[in-house]
Amino acid sequence: MEHKKLTVYEDCLKKGVSRRDFLKFCASMAALLGLESTGVAQVVEALEKKSRLPIIWLHFQECTCCSESFVRTSHPILASLLFDSISLDYDETLMAASGEQAEKCLHDTMANSKGEYILMIEGSVPTKNEAYCCIGGRSALQIVKEAAAGAKAVIAWGNCASSGCVQAANPNPTGAKPAKKVISGKPIINVQGCPPIAEVMAGVVVHLLTFGTIPQLDGLGRPKAFYSRRVHDSCYRRANFDAGLFVESFDDENARKGYCLYKIGCRGPSTYNSCGIIKWNEGTSYPIQSGHPCLGCSEEGFWDNTPFYERRPALNAFGIEATADQIGLAVGAATAVGIAAHAVATNIRKKDLIENEAEPA
Amino acid sequence: MNTREKNLSAVYVWELPVRFFHWVNAVCIVILCITGFLIGDPPAIMSGNEAFYGFWFGKIRLIHFITAFIFLFNFAFRIYWGFAGNKYASWKNFIPYRKEQWQELLDVLKVDIMMIKKKPVESIGHNAMASLIYFALFWAFALQCLTGFGLYAQMSKAFLPHLFAWVVPLFGGDLMVRYIHHFLMWFFILFAIVHVYLVFYHDYIERRGVTSSIIGGWKFVENEVLKEEDAKEKKIGKKKETGK
Repeated sequence: MEHKKLTVYEDCLKKGVSRRDFLKFCASMAALLGLESTGVAQVVEALEKKSRLPIIWLHFQECTCCSESFVRTSHPILASLLFDSISLDYDETLMAASGEQAEKCLHDTMANSKGEYILMIEGSVPTKNEAYCCIGGRSALQIVKEAAAGAKAVIAWGNCASSGCVQAANPNPTGAKPAKKVISGKPIINVQGCPPIAEVMAGVVVHLLTFGTIPQLDGLGRPKAFYSRRVHDSCYRRANFDAGLFVESFDDENARKGYCLYKIGCRGPSTYNSCGIIKWNEGTSYPIQSGHPCLGCSEEGFWDNTPFYERRPALNAFGIEATADQIGLAVGAATAVGIAAHAVATNIRKKDLIENEAEPA
Repeated sequence: MNTREKNLSAVYVWELPVRFFHWVNAVCIVILCITGFLIGDPPAIMSGNEAFYGFWFGKIRLIHFITAFIFLFNFAFRIYWGFAGNKYASWKNFIPYRKEQWQELLDVLKVDIMMIKKKPVESIGHNAMASLIYFALFWAFALQCLTGFGLYAQMSKAFLPHLFAWVVPLFGGDLMVRYIHHFLMWFFILFAIVHVYLVFYHDYIERRGVTSSIIGGWKFVENEVLKEEDAKEKKIGKKKETGK
C-alpha cells in the first residue's frame, strides 16, 4: 500500500482532464452543496492540495444499489474522484483483490490510516443471528465494530445502513440494524435513499474533502444540504395539490393531465430528499415526473408504511389489515351500539328515578 | 301535573373562562376534524381549469392551521386556568391522587355504567370518572398539538412551530407523526360522541341542569350535598389553621 499520494487535481491531470473541466466540476459541486460563490475557490483549493481520502467501504445486508448509483454518477470527474482519487482501499464489490489479499488490504488500511479513514457502510447488520452475514469467517457485527473503532467518521449509505430498509421491515427476521444502532461514539452521516442520489453521495464526499468536517445534519442524521426540504416542496406538481386537483387512479384522465399524486399514496409530503431538484440519471427524471408516487425511500421504515398506493394509514392488528378510518368507523359504530344499549338499560334500571315516584334506595 | 320536590340550590360552577374555553375548544375540534378529514382524503374534483385558477385545498389547509393555533392557545389558557380558577376548574380534580377520588370512580362505575347501584353520585363539579377522562383528553390535546405543530414546523418560518421541530425525529419521520395525528383525531370524535351522550344521560335522570350549566355556568345541587361539601371544607380550613 506504499504509493505516492497524488492530490485530487494531479490525479485528474494525469487522467487527461483539463483544468477547465476540473473547475467546472468544482463549481457544480459547490453549487450542489449550497455554498456561496467564494465556496467554489475553497473546493478548488481543497481538491488541488489535498490527497485522496482513505476509505473503507463495507457491504453487509444490501442489494448494492447504492454502489450502482455511485458507479453511474453522471459527471466523469466525479467517477474519477470517487473511484480513483479517493482510495477505495477496501470495497468488496469494486476492489481487485480477493480472499486473503483483500482481508490484508482491509487490515493494512485500518492500521496505516488509523483515525483518518472514512468508514462507508452499505447495508444493515444482522443481530438476531450474526451468522446471517459473514465475510472472511467473521460476522458483520464484528467487522463493523472493529472498522468503526479507528474511523474518523462513518457514512451510512442508503436506507439499509441508515435505518435498516427492507431487511428491517416487519417482522425483521435477521434482526437487521442500521449503522447508528451498532456503532457508538463516532459521527455518522446518514445519506438516505434507496439508493441515494449519486450527486448527493458525491457532494457528501466533496464536503468531507474540502472542509474536513461533518456536514450539518438534520434530526435524523441526514446532511441538511440535501435533505432539508420535502419532495413535496420542490415538486413541479405542487400547484395541483394546492388547487385540489388529484389523480384518482393510475391512468385516469387526471393522471394524463399530470395532476398531484397525493391520493394514490405519494409520500412526497412526508419525505425529505432532493429528487425534485437534482433528479436522477443526469437530471433526466424522477419518480413523480414519471407519473409514479414517491415511496418515501429516504425515510425511516418506509417499507412498513404500506399500502404504498394509499394515502390513509393502515394498521395490521389481529391479522386484519385496516385503515385508520375503517378502524375509527368500526369503533364509532361499536360506541353507538353501546350508547343505545346503555340508554335502553337506563330507562329500565332507573325507572324509579326517571318517574320520580320514590327516592332511590 | 308531575312535579318534583327537591331541596336544590343553584351553584355557580363553571366560570366564564371555563365556558369560553369549552366552546372555543368544541368549535375548534369540529373545524379541525372536518378539515383534517378533507386533508387526509380530499374529494375527487374534475376540473378543466389549470391548477393556477384554484387554491381550495390550500385554503382548507390554511383553515386547519389557523384553527390549530387557536386550539393551542385556548388549551394553554385552560391549563393556566387550572391554577387560577375556582375549585371546580382546578387541576386537582383531574389527577386522581386522593383516595376519595378512586372511591368515587368506583361508585360512578357501579351507578352509571354497570347500573348495579341506584343512588346517583352527586358531585358539584365533574365526577371522578369524568375528571379522569378529561385528564386523558388533555394528554391527547397535548399529543395532538405536538404532532400537528411538529409536522407544521417544516412548512413554517415562524418561531412557535419550530419549538415543536424535535417531535418528528423523535418518532422517526413525518409519516409516523402523521399516523399518530390521524389516529388521535378518532379519539376526539369518539370522545365527543360519548361526551354528548353522557351529558344528555345525566340531565335525563338527575335533572340538575347539566346541559345548560355549560352555557350559564349554574348547576342545581341538593342542599344535603352542599352541606356535606361545606363541612368538608371547614375541616380542611381548620386543618390549615391549626397547621399554622
